[in-house]
Formats: sequence, C-alpha cells, structure tokens
Amino acid sequence: MSEDATEMQDLYRELILDHARQPRNFKRLADATHSAEGINPLCGDKLHLYLVVDQDKITEISFQGSGCAISMASASLLTETVAERSVADAVACVTTVTRRLTTGKEEASATFDLGKLRALDGVTQYPSRVKCATLAWHALRAALNQAGAPATTE
Amino acid sequence: MNTANAWRADFPALSQEINGQPLTYLDSAASAQQPQAVIDAVARYQREDHANVHRGVHTLSHRATDLYEGARDKLAKFINAGSRSELVLTSGTTESINLVAQSYCRPLLQLGDQVLITWLEHHSNIVPWQLVCEQTGAELIVAPINDDGDVLLDELFDLMGERVRMLAIGHVSNALGTVNPLDKIIQQAREKGIPVLVDGAQGVPHMPVDVAALDCDFYAFSGHKMFGPTGTGVLWGREALLEQMPPYKGGGDMILEVSFDNTVFNELPYKFEAGTPNISGTIGLGAAVDYLQNIGMQRIHEHESALHSYMVEKLSAVDGIRRVGQATSQASVQSFMLDDIHPHDLGTILDHQGVAIRTGHHCAMPVMQSFGLPGTARASLGLYNQPEDVDRLVAALEKAKQIFA
Repeated sequence: MSEDATEMQDLYRELILDHARQPRNFKRLADATHSAEGINPLCGDKLHLYLVVDQDKITEISFQGSGCAISMASASLLTETVAERSVADAVACVTTVTRRLTTGKEEASATFDLGKLRALDGVTQYPSRVKCATLAWHALRAALNQAGAPATTE
Repeated sequence: MNTANAWRADFPALSQEINGQPLTYLDSAASAQQPQAVIDAVARYQREDHANVHRGVHTLSHRATDLYEGARDKLAKFINAGSRSELVLTSGTTESINLVAQSYCRPLLQLGDQVLITWLEHHSNIVPWQLVCEQTGAELIVAPINDDGDVLLDELFDLMGERVRMLAIGHVSNALGTVNPLDKIIQQAREKGIPVLVDGAQGVPHMPVDVAALDCDFYAFSGHKMFGPTGTGVLWGREALLEQMPPYKGGGDMILEVSFDNTVFNELPYKFEAGTPNISGTIGLGAAVDYLQNIGMQRIHEHESALHSYMVEKLSAVDGIRRVGQATSQASVQSFMLDDIHPHDLGTILDHQGVAIRTGHHCAMPVMQSFGLPGTARASLGLYNQPEDVDRLVAALEKAKQIFA
C-alpha cells in the first residue's frame, strides 16, 4: 500500500467508517429531558443530541443528523461513551475529548480512558477537520448546560 | 485533447508539491492563482513607487497615481466601458453589489416595490438586496431553476412585473457553472424598463465581457477571481445612473470641498471611492488585465470550454458520480457527489493526493437547498488547467472510493 493511502487510513480508520456507516443510537428520543443542536457552518454538519437525565445520571442518549464521516462517527462514539454516566462525569469527558482532539494531548488527570475514542486521533493532523470531530461534544456540553442556543463550532 | 499548456508555467504557485504530489489546483472559482507578472507588478510598486494617490505633488505620488489610474483605464478597456468615469474601483464584487443596493436602490425603493433575483445567486447577490428590502419595505422575489440548474426563463419573465425596480443576476453560477442567457434576459428587462445588475465574478475570468454589448446597467466583478490580488474589484455602471446616485461612503478623496455646513462631492468615479484605496492590489489587477489581454479572452474561453467538456466526460464515466448542475451552457465549474461520501471527506482525501477542490455550500445555500443537499464537491477550472489535472482528479476520486468501499 502506498504511503499516502496509509496516512489517509489513519484518519479514516475502520472503526470510524463503521460508526459513520451505521451510527449507534441514531434516533430521536421523544421523552428527552435535555437536547441540543450542533451546527458546523463551514461544512453544513448538523446534528441533534437527545438525553434523558434521571437523578443526575444520563440514562439514555441518542442523536440524529447529517454530516461528514468524522462528525457522524464522533457523535456515534459519544453516545456510547457517555451513556450511563453522571452529568459531572460526562462534562469531564467533554473536556478530555475536546482537549485531545484540539491539541493531541491527554490530561494526566483524565478521569476516564479514551478507549475507542482514540480512533479519532487522526484528525489532529487535519486542522480543518477538528471541528467536525468536536461538534457533537460541543453539543453535549450545551445540552447539559441547557444553554438553549445551538452549539456551533465557530 | 492537446495536453500542452504554456500558460501554466507563468503561475509559480502551481509548480509546488502538496503532500508529496504535484499540486492539482481545481479551486479557481474560489480564488485564482496569480501569474508572476502580477506578483512582480505588486512587488515593484511596493519597492519603488509607493505613495498615496491623488494627493501629493511629489514624484512618488505621481507615479503611484499614474499606475493606479492606469489600471482603471486597462479595466475600462477590458470590459469595453464607455468611459473611465464609469469604472468604480472597489474591494470586490461584494462591495460593488452593496454599493448599488445602498446608493442606487435604497433612495428609490418604496413599500411594495420588488427586487428580483434568481435561485442561482451567490450569497453576495442575495444578502445586500435582503438588507435594502428590510430598510425600505420592498420585497425580494426569486426566479426558480430546474433540476439541471437552468433559470426558468418563462417564470423569470413573468416575475418582471411593474413593481420590480432591479434585476440582479449572476453571469455564471459559482455553484453550478450555469452560464445565464444574459442577452435574452437583459432584452426582456429592458423592454419592461427594469435596470439590470450582473454579478460577473465568475464571468470575467473565463470569457470576453463587453458591457456595452450586454446592455446591462451595472456589472460587478472581483480581482482575485481573474488572477489579480484579493481586496480589489470593479463596479461598472452607466454614467447617467452613477451620476444620480449619492455617495456610498464618506471620507477623503471623494470630496471636492468640505466645510462643516456643506461638502461638494468629487466627480465620477471618485465620488464612490472614499479613503485610501487598495493601491498595490489595483496595480496588480491592472497587470492581470495585461496578462489576460496578451493571451486573449476568446482563446482562454475556447481552452476552458474544451477542458470543461473533457472534465464532464471523465467525471461522468466514474461509477457513482452524480453531476449536480447540468445546465444548457456551463463554464469553469462542475459540482458533484460521489456515492454517499460526504463532500468534506472527499475534500480531505483529495487534498491528500494534492488535488485542491472546494467542498461545501459554495456560499450559495439556496442552490444547495434546491437540490436537497447540504453541499457538494466542486472542481473549477482556470486558464492554467490542463487535461492532466482532470485525470488526477478522477484518479483521486477512485482512491476515495477505495477508502470508503
């Protein structure tokens, strides 16, 4: 395989392509207690997160939307990552993940293992695509803050 | 087809490698590369001739003024303007259109009047009209397009009613490449007494433009799409209309005499050019005009038309390609989708192979909405492109298909 194809596959890893093709928890939650929209005006990526928060715990989470493979896979992975976590835990995840995606660094004090989310590491090499990967995480923060206004990457 | 392109070597940016691959630049509709002649003209001015224009009595100011006004003359001749006073230098198409919306339309528009545009327009030929409509209580009306990306002429003509005070229409669509049949459209508008502004940003770089023959009232275009520097552009307008329009911005250079009671405005075109202009950029734009004139716009048009046909043929042969925009007449641009790969993923994969295309909504969200798409991938040609560029594009698309298979 040529070198550039290998590098390209560092961004589009099998796990990413799998989540982009078959996003997990891709539905609307009619009984959501929290929700937020994420918009990336540059790309036109648009997604909606739905959460059921019960006694400070995320008992259900889902999303719907359309966008590039990176944004869809990141949102899909997000739903798997934060389900069943406490709100405080989920907020800590947002901080760890967005820092990882924007700087490539990992906080020593991180309270959770990035695990599968390391599959998104490739985007740190593509400045114009980092926002695609962080979009769902910004939306999660907005949903938990119930800020009201859509989260954007700008 | 003939693969030699002698003009390509004039553009230093094109000789570099991107990600270890030769740069294949297919994004000229966003911004065109500059020939060495433009780069040199700007550098020479900066190095030897810089001073403010229209002000000093010293040598450098004379030189700067001569170069700057020389560029105006070249531009006027390039589009066959009736006189140099009809040639207003602006920061680009966007400012040119805003100037007409605010200076020509705003004083004229009454509650219930209409401004007519089409679904094809770039945001810069939509939003300035929305703003002036909000300011005056006028209504913005929009002529539809069909699935090929052609403006529906019957509908457009039907919308040319008694309350329409302006028709603003693109020469060539930046998103779909549609070349509008301006002769028919302008003739119809003329018969109904409707002034016409043509957004020529995507027209001027690709074909000969003659504003007298077009018979429009305003023609707007940008320097950086025609191989000149960014932050430069032109509004051409009929002298009689420009004369009746109030200044758009106030400041230095647009006045003859200022007191606190009264200001006497300068003559055309300086009335619209407040403040120190983009002198070096405009001088560079003048050099771009020389460069284009030397080759000849008709030759450029023929080269690009043949190359566009080749691109359409090659893209159509790629399994899974959907051409977005298949208008009767197209120039420079082809938008497309490949399988269900999102345009941004495609853009990244292509960049990796040195192929630069534009992905997204192309500042024409309504066009994308009419096709039910969030955006497309868009390849656009300039005079320096050659069949090999199209071949590289197609090879890169095949690789994208492998990754997403």
